[in-house]
Amino acid sequence: MDTVEKDLATDNGTDNRVVAAGKGSSAPLIGSSSEPTIFELSRSGRRAWSLPATGIPEYQLTDLLPVEHLRESPLPLVELSERDIVAHFTRLAHRQYSVDLGAYPLGSCTMKYNPKVADEVSSLVALVSLHPAAPEGISQGWLQLLVELEEALCEITGMHAATLQPSAGAAGELCGLLLMRAWHAAHQEDKVRRIIIIPDSAHGTNPASVNMAGFEVATVASGKDGLVDEAALSSLLNENLAGMMLTNPNTLGLFESNIVKISQAVHEAGGLMYYDGANMNAIMGMATPADMGFDIVHMNMHKTFATPHGGGGPGAGPVAVTEKLAPFLPGPRPVRYKEDISTKDNKDEESERFRWEMPPRSIGRLHGWYGNALILARAYAYIRMNGGEGLQKVAQMAVLNANWLRKRVSSIFQIPYSSSVMHEFVISIANLHKQYGIHAMDVAKRLIDKGFHPPTVAFPLIVEEALMIEPTETESPETLEALAQALEDIVDELATVGPELLKQAPHHTPVRRVDEARAARNPLLSWDMVQAHRNTHESQP
Amino acid sequence: MSDFVPHTNDDISSMLEYLSIDSITQLFDSIPPELRNIQPPYHRQGISEPDLIRLFHDISAKNNSVGSNRPICFAGGGAYDHVIPAVTRSLSTQSGFVTSYTPYQPEVSQGVLQALFEFQSLVARLAGLPVANASLYDGASACAEAVRMALAVTGRHVAWVSDGLNPHWRQVLATYTSGAELDMTRVPIEGGSTSWTHVLPDIEGVEGARPGSKPHLNQQIEELPGAIVVAYPNYLGNLENMDSLRAIADATGAVLIVAFDPIAAAVLRSAGEWGADVAVAEGQCLGIPLSFGGPYLGLFACKQEYLRRIPGRVVGETVDAEGRIAYTMTLRTREQDIRRERATSNICTNQALLAITAAIHLSWLGTYGLREVAIGCARGARYLRELLGKVDGVNFLNEGAYFREFAITTPLPAREVIDRMIDRGFLAGIPLDPDLADGTDHALLVSVTEKRTVEEIQAFVSTLQQVIA
Repeated sequence: MDTVEKDLATDNGTDNRVVAAGKGSSAPLIGSSSEPTIFELSRSGRRAWSLPATGIPEYQLTDLLPVEHLRESPLPLVELSERDIVAHFTRLAHRQYSVDLGAYPLGSCTMKYNPKVADEVSSLVALVSLHPAAPEGISQGWLQLLVELEEALCEITGMHAATLQPSAGAAGELCGLLLMRAWHAAHQEDKVRRIIIIPDSAHGTNPASVNMAGFEVATVASGKDGLVDEAALSSLLNENLAGMMLTNPNTLGLFESNIVKISQAVHEAGGLMYYDGANMNAIMGMATPADMGFDIVHMNMHKTFATPHGGGGPGAGPVAVTEKLAPFLPGPRPVRYKEDISTKDNKDEESERFRWEMPPRSIGRLHGWYGNALILARAYAYIRMNGGEGLQKVAQMAVLNANWLRKRVSSIFQIPYSSSVMHEFVISIANLHKQYGIHAMDVAKRLIDKGFHPPTVAFPLIVEEALMIEPTETESPETLEALAQALEDIVDELATVGPELLKQAPHHTPVRRVDEARAARNPLLSWDMVQAHRNTHESQP
Repeated sequence: MSDFVPHTNDDISSMLEYLSIDSITQLFDSIPPELRNIQPPYHRQGISEPDLIRLFHDISAKNNSVGSNRPICFAGGGAYDHVIPAVTRSLSTQSGFVTSYTPYQPEVSQGVLQALFEFQSLVARLAGLPVANASLYDGASACAEAVRMALAVTGRHVAWVSDGLNPHWRQVLATYTSGAELDMTRVPIEGGSTSWTHVLPDIEGVEGARPGSKPHLNQQIEELPGAIVVAYPNYLGNLENMDSLRAIADATGAVLIVAFDPIAAAVLRSAGEWGADVAVAEGQCLGIPLSFGGPYLGLFACKQEYLRRIPGRVVGETVDAEGRIAYTMTLRTREQDIRRERATSNICTNQALLAITAAIHLSWLGTYGLREVAIGCARGARYLRELLGKVDGVNFLNEGAYFREFAITTPLPAREVIDRMIDRGFLAGIPLDPDLADGTDHALLVSVTEKRTVEEIQAFVSTLQQVIA
């Protein structure tokens, strides 16, 4: 037997459907051929929809709307029976890895378990069915929830006030940068202060947001220790500085131990400090961004606060600020107030109520309404269930898991930074690349065959052939051991079977390694494009 | 307390032993002592799951109006109370969709990728334009991103924005572009239609171009716009005069951006047909509940030539190593993780689950169901208007053609009408800013969907009649 096939036969043991301890075997991802699209399943005359009988007179369309506005023929979509819709989208969901299925040790993504009860309570009818334009009188429940969430996030980070409007982390970054601009404009310095410093290890949204906010990026190098190089930083501290964006611990999982000095230096130069909260899972209950000197803090509800990722969203990226920046926050913003409900017999009676307010120097609206409310509700549920002690335990267990796993794999891989890590760590397979010609991506693809979603590949950019691993606190010791064992097995396979096994991985998934170059060379982004392409290429061999 | 950490005390002990440390706090030694703030970060204690459920029931109960269970919704303004079937809810809450990550590893993400490909395909048809992305945050930010793209493509700084655009969207656009020195010229609405002569006095000259010839400007414009933004239907519910827009865009060299209504697209000529370069929309009406405003769904579609300039993720068809059809995220060099400060947008996490929900919902509606929803909305709005026309004191803001909503004025300020109607079980509408309502604060926007019955509409009208008497 070919060595590759032989290995596959012994790969998962005899029963491909056995799933051990948080190891989501890819066997449950069903199907070995493509699932047709809804367009291919569509048949003329099939139908699923049903609408209420309203009793309203059946005016003709041509009586309702001027003919010059009307389509000449119905807009073609699809025609499917309900049964076929259910089968199709159920099959699709079963061709999809998810946190419910197994571990996702993606660095800086904090793919922790998404509590089911959070989904349930945020689906209550009285929350889900309320129109956002509803008057305050019937929105008191929502307003209270949002205010309590804001207060919780401020307490956790040590900040003074927050906006819940940003729809994701990147939107939070844009918000934070616009707050910086507003602050400097209030001091007539916005034309001069055009530079935002970010470390070379920063997540790509940071420089993209800087550009969107109309600033320029100045990159500060990391030293050999993986932390911000202070000498390099000091050369960037001048009157053109608007601020600095940092995450702490950084994307290598290392705590910026000189953060207080850095903040002081930036403040002395007249800049503001922005905390990218992507890695907050490491510090809750152990340290606060406020103490570190940050003026603006964004948090990812879909990371630290366990809201589900939904295949790429929706998330939410609230931004908290110090007191001096609060007047600039986006609005409208929910606030508490005391309503006087005194009566003749009960004087000075006050009732606590909630209403919308526009901060006095607000940068304006960042969202069509108030933010991703149902996601915010899930985050609030998570915070209330954990309570303060629970959130602290989250950080402690996240860091414990990462450190255990790092030590466990340190004999297998190069660990570029020797100092202690927090909730995530980076390994480099540069040595394996040199010896076998494989890339970090090949290790990742083979890990899929072992039943795990791969870690973050090729990030941060400052590490060659990087894999960034963040187990999170919700994975058990057994899962971590299984993951470590899987990585060990892959390195063994390189020696015993050879690099081709990895280069052709994954072997057990519904589709094999996809041709990404082809997708980019000739983008086919819709069914109609695919049809047009097939029609023009029909005659070709 | 409920936490979701599996470790037992024994687990923790053996892990500490493996790491040769005595306590977990030693793992935080890299935090300088002066920064260590080791205490529960939140003052409340954790609660059990049943107690959480009770807490949420108590909080959500405060969303009720006095004297009625849930107000019957006649409010629109971009957020609509449509039928959402069990199928949409059931399929969109499958854990494979809900708890999956961004599909960076296509081999284990064909579910999300294919669902997003189908979403893109449907959006392209709704918009009448070939290229659609896999979602943006909401209609407002989609519009802001469209304007950003238009200004980048044309190298200009001016946008002509119709006052018929949802005012929240206009505000978001202003905020989003406040770092980019955008010069936004608001173009007023008259009688329900954008009055382009305010920016283009000799509009006949532009419109009068012979068919087949490029329209000439025929006038001096101090700074040519890079973007022209119009909503169709517009915020007042009216159908804009779309004929001249392509000519205006050609004459000025601006990118034409049309904000459309995905339900109306079933019966109205598409944005693409009217000559839009970019089409954006709020997708909440496609199977997403009102949700107190979010998460919603930004739709974005455009011409082929902008393919490499668009914001957001896109999914494309390809093949795998064995020739099977497969899907993958593509054109990634536009995106933040690769292009960084030169990315077309900073967007990373988008609204993927809502896009999948919309694809499921549009599959359930299909060609003819979507059409029936649109017709149902238009019929309901017509019926409401006929009844309101007979009520003393109610006037219509304009007589222009409308699709599913329109503005009325009454003898009372709009907010007071809404408050009184809430007490009687109706969410009557949305108060209009005076600058969109000829200076009055008595105007409110009322909307009807396919859910509103003849009884509800009759009750609404008679109640309104009492309230304003």
